[in-house]
Parts: sequence; C-alpha cells; structure tokens
Amino acid sequence: MEMNAKQHKYGMVIDLDKCTGCGACMVACMSENNVPFKKDESNKRDSITWMRVYKISNGKPYPDADVCYLPRPCMHCEGHDGHSPCVSVCPATATDYSRETGVVSQIYTRCFGCRYCMAACPYHARYFNWWDPVWPDGMEKTLSPNVSPRMRGVVEKCSFCFHRYQLAREKAIYEGRDEVAEDEYQTACAQACPAGAIVFGDLNNPDHQVTRIVEPDPHHHFTGHSKKAFRLLEQLGTNPKVYYTTERQWVRKILGQYNFGSQAAAHGA
Amino acid sequence: MKLDRRSFLSFVIGGAAGTAVTPLPWKLMDDVSIWSQMWPWTPVPPDGAYTYARSTCTLCPGGCGIAVRKVDQRVVKIEGLAGHPVNDGGICPLGLGGPQMLYSPTRVTGPLKRVGPRGEGKWAKISWNEALAEVADKLTQLRDDGHPEQLAIFSGAGQGTFSALLERFMTVYGSPNLVRPATFEDAYGMAVYRMHGQQAVVGFDLENANFVISFGSGVIEGWGSPVRMIRAKSLWKDRKVPLVQVEPRLSNTAAKADRWLPIRPGTEAALALGLAHVILAEGLYDRNFVEYYSNGFEAWRKMVLDGFAPDKVAEITGVSRDYIIVLARDFAKAGAGVAICGRGRGTTPGSLEEAMAVHALNALVGAINRKGGVWALPGNEGIRWPEVEIDETAANGLQRPRLDGAGSGDLVDAGSLPNRFFSAQAEGKADPVKALLVFEANPLFTQPGTETVKKALDRLDLLVSFSSLMDETAAYADLILPNHLYLERYDDVVAGTGLAAKVIGLTQPVVAPRCNTRHAGDVVLALAGAVGGPVADAFAWESFQACLEETLADDWDALSEAGYVVRKIQPAYWFEAFPTASGKFEFAGGYRPVPIEGDKGAFPLVLIPYDGMRIAAGPVANTPFMTKTVGDDVLKRQDVLVEVNPKTAGALGLGEGQAARLSTPRGQARVRIHLSEGIMPGLVAMPRGLGHTAYDDYLAGKGVNVNTLIGPVEDPASGLDAAWGIQAKLAKA
Repeated sequence: MEMNAKQHKYGMVIDLDKCTGCGACMVACMSENNVPFKKDESNKRDSITWMRVYKISNGKPYPDADVCYLPRPCMHCEGHDGHSPCVSVCPATATDYSRETGVVSQIYTRCFGCRYCMAACPYHARYFNWWDPVWPDGMEKTLSPNVSPRMRGVVEKCSFCFHRYQLAREKAIYEGRDEVAEDEYQTACAQACPAGAIVFGDLNNPDHQVTRIVEPDPHHHFTGHSKKAFRLLEQLGTNPKVYYTTERQWVRKILGQYNFGSQAAAHGA
Repeated sequence: MKLDRRSFLSFVIGGAAGTAVTPLPWKLMDDVSIWSQMWPWTPVPPDGAYTYARSTCTLCPGGCGIAVRKVDQRVVKIEGLAGHPVNDGGICPLGLGGPQMLYSPTRVTGPLKRVGPRGEGKWAKISWNEALAEVADKLTQLRDDGHPEQLAIFSGAGQGTFSALLERFMTVYGSPNLVRPATFEDAYGMAVYRMHGQQAVVGFDLENANFVISFGSGVIEGWGSPVRMIRAKSLWKDRKVPLVQVEPRLSNTAAKADRWLPIRPGTEAALALGLAHVILAEGLYDRNFVEYYSNGFEAWRKMVLDGFAPDKVAEITGVSRDYIIVLARDFAKAGAGVAICGRGRGTTPGSLEEAMAVHALNALVGAINRKGGVWALPGNEGIRWPEVEIDETAANGLQRPRLDGAGSGDLVDAGSLPNRFFSAQAEGKADPVKALLVFEANPLFTQPGTETVKKALDRLDLLVSFSSLMDETAAYADLILPNHLYLERYDDVVAGTGLAAKVIGLTQPVVAPRCNTRHAGDVVLALAGAVGGPVADAFAWESFQACLEETLADDWDALSEAGYVVRKIQPAYWFEAFPTASGKFEFAGGYRPVPIEGDKGAFPLVLIPYDGMRIAAGPVANTPFMTKTVGDDVLKRQDVLVEVNPKTAGALGLGEGQAARLSTPRGQARVRIHLSEGIMPGLVAMPRGLGHTAYDDYLAGKGVNVNTLIGPVEDPASGLDAAWGIQAKLAKA
C-alpha cells in the first residue's frame, strides 16, 4: 500500500508549565486502553498506569519549595535506527519498533513475561501483570473492543493509542486519502488534557504543531533544535519521541538525572 | 537384556542429546506460557457499531459538554466535547468516570426500603408504587396535621428546570425548608447584594484579565467550572498574565502561580484591605469609578487608611510589608486586574467580610462590570410557568420561619444555610422537620460536622434519598427512590460557576436506564399528584421530559442538536447597575476575623482541609480509575497521609510515613505523616473527599473524611459556614 511508503514519526511534546497535575490524562488513558484496576492501587510499583504523572520537588525548604508535575507516557524511543532499549532485549519479539509510525509496539500474545524490557527501560514505562485483571461485577461492560484486555504474566505499556491510528488510517483509506490528518490521530491523553499541555503529532511533518514546537534536529539525534524542548535522560542515547518544555530551570536540571524507579517519586492528589 | 556401563552411558547421553535436539521441551514451554495466558475469564469485549452521543456532564456544576463513545448500546468512554464554550474538548478526571459509575456494582438497582436499624444496610426491595405510596402518605399526613413546613428538601441540583420544579413543589406544598449546599458564591453573592443592592449572579471574566490575585482559590483544583479554569490558566501562561496565589499551603495552584504568597490562614481579608491601603495611599485607584459611581468611599477609605497600613497587615498576615506594597502597585497598574476568593474548590462559603474586602478591592481598581473583571449579572430571568395557587395550609406553612433562619431577622439576604439547618435540627430547637428528601446530594459525607448531620438525620421520621449510587446518605436513609444516572436521563444544566456568559447545556439519555430507576423529576410529579388538591394542580405536565421540552421550548431544537446554547449577557449600564439607596456602588465592610473551633492549649496545631482534582469531595465520589491516580504521598493502603512541615513534625518526633493520631475537638483519626516543605509550620493539611464508608472496597475505608474532624463555624454577619480550619493535635500512634 502506498501509505506504508510514507514514514511517520509520531511524537509528543508536553508543556510542564501548563500541566496542572489533574490526572485527566491518566484516567483518559486507562479508560481508552482497558487498563485494569485493583482495590488497592497505593503500591505504585505494581500499579499499572501507562501514563503516570510524577510529582517532582525542588527540594528547597519552606517557603521556597516548589513542585512540578511530570506526565510520563512511553517515550517510544528510537535509539539508533530503531534499536530502543526494550526492543533490543526482547527475546520473544513481543515488542517492536515500527518504521512506519515510530511507535514501539507491545504484542501481548507473544510476550511470555520475562520482563527484560522492564529492566531495560530507564523510564519505568513498562508494567507487568502480576494478576489476572478482575472487573467488578458489571464493569466489564466499560471495556472497549479496540484494545484487547491483557492477561496475567504479560508486560504492557503505552501504545500512543495505536488503535486510534489504525482506525484513522482505515477511515482515510476508505475515503480515498493517503494521509491521516493531524487531528484524526490524537492520543487519548492529548485529547483529554484540559490544560492543552500535551501536543501530539508527526515529528516528520513540518506542519504539525508538535514539530513546530520541538524543531527536532536530525543532525544531533533529534534533540530539540529550539533548545526549548528537551527529553528525559537525554544522555542515555535512547532518542525518545516525547519532548518536554518548561521555563523553570530547576525542573530541567532535575529531569536530566531523574530516577524514575525511586520510591521517593511522589504523585500528588 | 543386560545393562552394562557402556550401554547405560550411551542411553543417558543419547537421551540427553536427543531431548536437546527435539523441539518438544521448547514447544511445551511455549504452550504452557500461551496456555497460562489464555484464561477463559479474561474478557473479550464484544464489538459493535461505534457511535458518539452528545450530552452535558452533571457530575459537578461546571457544565462541560461531553461526547459519549458507545459500542452498540454500551458506554465505553467519555470524552470532552470539542468546540463547547466551557471545555472545548478538555475533560477532568471525574468527567471521564461516567462509564465506571454507570456500570458500578454500587448502583441502587431499584426502590429500597430499610428493614433493620438506620445505616445497618438491610434492605427490602419494593415496587415503585409501594415506594411512592410510602412517601406520599407522609407528605399527605404532614399537610393534614397542618405542618407542611416539617417537610424539607436538601438539593444539590444545579440551577436548571429540575431545581425550579422542586421550588414550585415546596411553594405549593407549603414548606419554606428547601435547603441547598452553600459555597463561596453564596458569600460573594451576599457581598454583591450589600454593595450593589441587588441579587446577582457573579461572573469573573478571567480570560480577559491581565493580573489575577487568588485568595486561596484552587484555580486549577476545581474552583468554579474546573475545566474552564484550567483552560484559563493555560491562556494566562500564553499571554504572560501573572497569577499570585495567597494561601498557607503550596497547592497545585500555588505551584503553578507566578508567585506563591504563604499567609496565616484566616487573615486573607486583612491582606485584601492592606493592598487597598497601598492603592488608596498612593492614589492608584480608579478615580472615575470611585467619583461617579460609588458611595461611602470616604468612610471606607478612612477605615482602611487607619487600620490596615502595610506594617500592621504584615504583622497580621505574615506576608512581608515590602511585598504587600509591590503587589498592590502591580495589581492596580495592570489595568485589568481581578481578585477572586473562596478557598480550594470554594465549597466552604467563608466569611462575608472576606468576600466584601475582596470585592471592594476589585471595585477600587475599577474591575466591576469591566472586561477582565468581575461581573454582576442579573439573576436568572426565571422560568415562565403559570402562577401557582396556594391553599391555606400551604400559606400557613410558608409563613413559618425556615429552620436555618435564612430570610428572616439578621439573615434576611441569606439564601440557604445548610450548616444552621443541620445544627438546628440536631439540637431539636424550634420546629424540627419530620421528613427530608435528598436530591443530588450526600450531606452525611459532604457537610462539615458529620456527627451533627447524623444526629439531625436521626430526628427525622422519614429520610428519603434519590441517589443513583449507594452513598453515605442513601445508606442511612429509610427509603431510596433511585434516580436515573445522568447518562440515562434528560436534564438541563446552567453552566459556569463564575462564567461571564450563560451557557445552557442539555443532558440527554445516551443509553436506556440500566436499573429499575425513575427520573427524580417524574417522581416529584407523581408525588405531587398523590398529595392531590392544589399541589397536583400546579403540575400539569405528564412527565419531566414534557416539562423540560415546554420550559426550554425556544431552545429545544438547538439544545438537542448541538447539546448547548450560549446566551451572551451584558452587565447593566452604570445608571441601573446599582439599585442601592444612593443608586451607586456602596463601599463597605471591615475586618473581624472568624475564630476557629478549639482550644489552642489542648490543640496547638491547625488542621486545614485541601482540595485536589484527583479526589472528588462533592456528592459524586471517586471512581476506581480516579482513586488509582491518587499518589502514595496522599493515600497508602487504607491510610491518609497528612501534610506537615518537617519542623512541626520533627518537634513531635514524627517522621515520613509514620502513623499518628490526629485529634480535634470534633473527633480523632489515625493518619500517616507526609513531610512537606510546602506547608506553613504549625499546620496539618488533609485532603477532602477520602474516608468514604459507603460504596465498595474500591473506595470505602480509604483514609479519613475530614468532615468528621472539622465542623462549621458560623459567620455572625451572614450565618454561612466560615470555618477555614480547626485546632488540632498530632501524637505518635
């Protein structure tokens, strides 16, 4: 199909100065992607949230304290030529880097739960299903047929709402178009965000808002050319497709070295 | 066959080599892993036709437009309605929760009658006819006894047709006791009434402001219409409009503000007057407005200049003198500055003088009825229904004073005083009410002073809840007549707490009712019919839907099509804006701090409640998804973490995560400590909305309901609840 010839690179830019930490992106994501939930989700190590909003602090004493919220989806790392950290280590080819869209996929039926990918991911964006999901009586009716519910023993993570891309592409093909328009494919979190803090689009398309904000520099591993946009743990060379902007210097400084697995990473109300 | 060493080894080695070469073990391992993932109880969601239905969210007063995604007749997701004037596609975590409410196992599936003691949870399923007859009997009996005022309604329904229906019912039935939850809008409305001389709906044109001072309002934490406010905050960021947040805790709003100004809680009015002092002393006020359109300026000016010099205000509030001066100058010179108040979500009204001080500050910089300012909009034009005919019983009942005292004596301009309603009922003063109907509200959870509310409910002969879900008040009721959930019914929503325009949204049934529920509007019509006489005659409609269609006749087509209509409202012209005695804006007010409850000796700390977007604290409770987003610095297993400054905690020998006993004059609870540099020493902050006792294990028993630890404190000027905290004590558990 001609459409496949065109290479997209879907990515995201999140304005940390607009994010209010309200959590709408998390709930929108869970609702869109049939993410399971338990009676107690206060142990954040086994709480599955494809999109997780971290709360970071400047560490200063009262009254100079400041906090910033950090929404963290899967970064959909490109690494060098599609060798993202998780894709490189998966023994089951259950996760793959799509050259058509730049999306790092997760194929549940292939995954056998070795969790190498979780160890490899520096952003802690991957989650393991320690239990079979259980929906309270009647609530399985809320499940969307667009995303298959997962089972015990597999890893799951943010897919950039890939099913929305598939639906948009089908529609485009049906209508005889060979391009999915910017507003036709938006992730659930970007769509829901009341602050308009999340901008999603094709980083290869100069007309898309995300590209205009980030100005990715292909000669320097796609770092933000504008220098306004930065990525998390840039120095690891993971080449992520999620960018952030902020005018607060302390936020940029902390996020350069942030430990996503630390238990001190609080999440707020 | 003889087995020698050689053949044994050949057999073992050959077997091992053979096993390694055959794919069997690998195949088995693969099969086992696949098989172990294919449990039949992992559901496969059935596919179907995908459609979107337009509606309006009723889960808070915000009035957002929603697009409900359905697969056949199943609701799978709720999204914000793009292009809607309130939320334009954005949505909050609560608004996303509709599907989990619709299909919740905590739905009340049909009319229930209590069979055990109150609150025990033993119910008998009854038919709608039986349920209606039970309520109608009581309503008829009260009127036959000549005491229609002994019926009360507690309604959290917004200002739409259903509310008008309840008002009409109470009028024709003969009871003045229609009580609504009070918010900061009640206090601000009373301030406007005293200064403008008219009952007005207050709107803040925040999108066009260029400098905003928030006296503790949770701008991005649910104040006003939450999604609209978050959008306004993003707009300010783009336009570089400064926001100064005045409050003792580093809330999300404070963190997102350009400047966080920690202040001693309860002294916000003094700061407002201190800012006014600088503006007056330096002549930075709007001379045109003050000279031509105001009255009482000289007396007020003298009061401010005499009593609120920056030095003195710095002493009262703890805000530095220099910053008071700088802030006042910046605010006055901005040209389109506006100040707002109402702590957190604004669900506690606060003191009248505080609202008057903030409104006077707005008036001083000329923000009244100005673009980017505060607008006093004419009240609801009202619904044009035929006049009701009232019989003698009703006329006598309406003559009686309200149980909460609103509308009489000193409280002549008060609308509704729920704090006084429940305390008067609990104390058994005057004429207690015998029957209470609760619509769209959960007072046993949301009203401060849970014990008092419970006592008040205990004095009722009949408590009827119309809740769709088994909330605390429903669980304590004698009868539950469950309403349709908002996704199953028609309703109209007048949107926009504080919005400078009138947006009417239509809530439409997007799916057929799941349970044996009835629209509360239809139930009211049926009850009126059963009471008979003039009560029945006042309601000619055969159904609530017919009533709604008739009431919204002019807009019905537009509403059904687009889901909403916008009515641009302009503030009145100056010559008619202030129907006071002088015909001008009245500068008035003073500062008498409202003391909080408790002895400082026995309770040396102060507990303050706080609001956040991830915990719903109103009549609608958290969904499982929402509770999942709550951080482990707020809720850990069943324990709530309270925010305490490390200095305060250190002095008590308490460390991060440590269990502690928090006590106040109202009660005590087990909590855990979260050390935070974002809170003033001496304070303990607890989120509102946790500690549910009803619902299911996804919500019940998690944390503490702050309303069990705090009670209302009456503002002598308004009768409204002005409690901003309560004295408290922390000790190791």
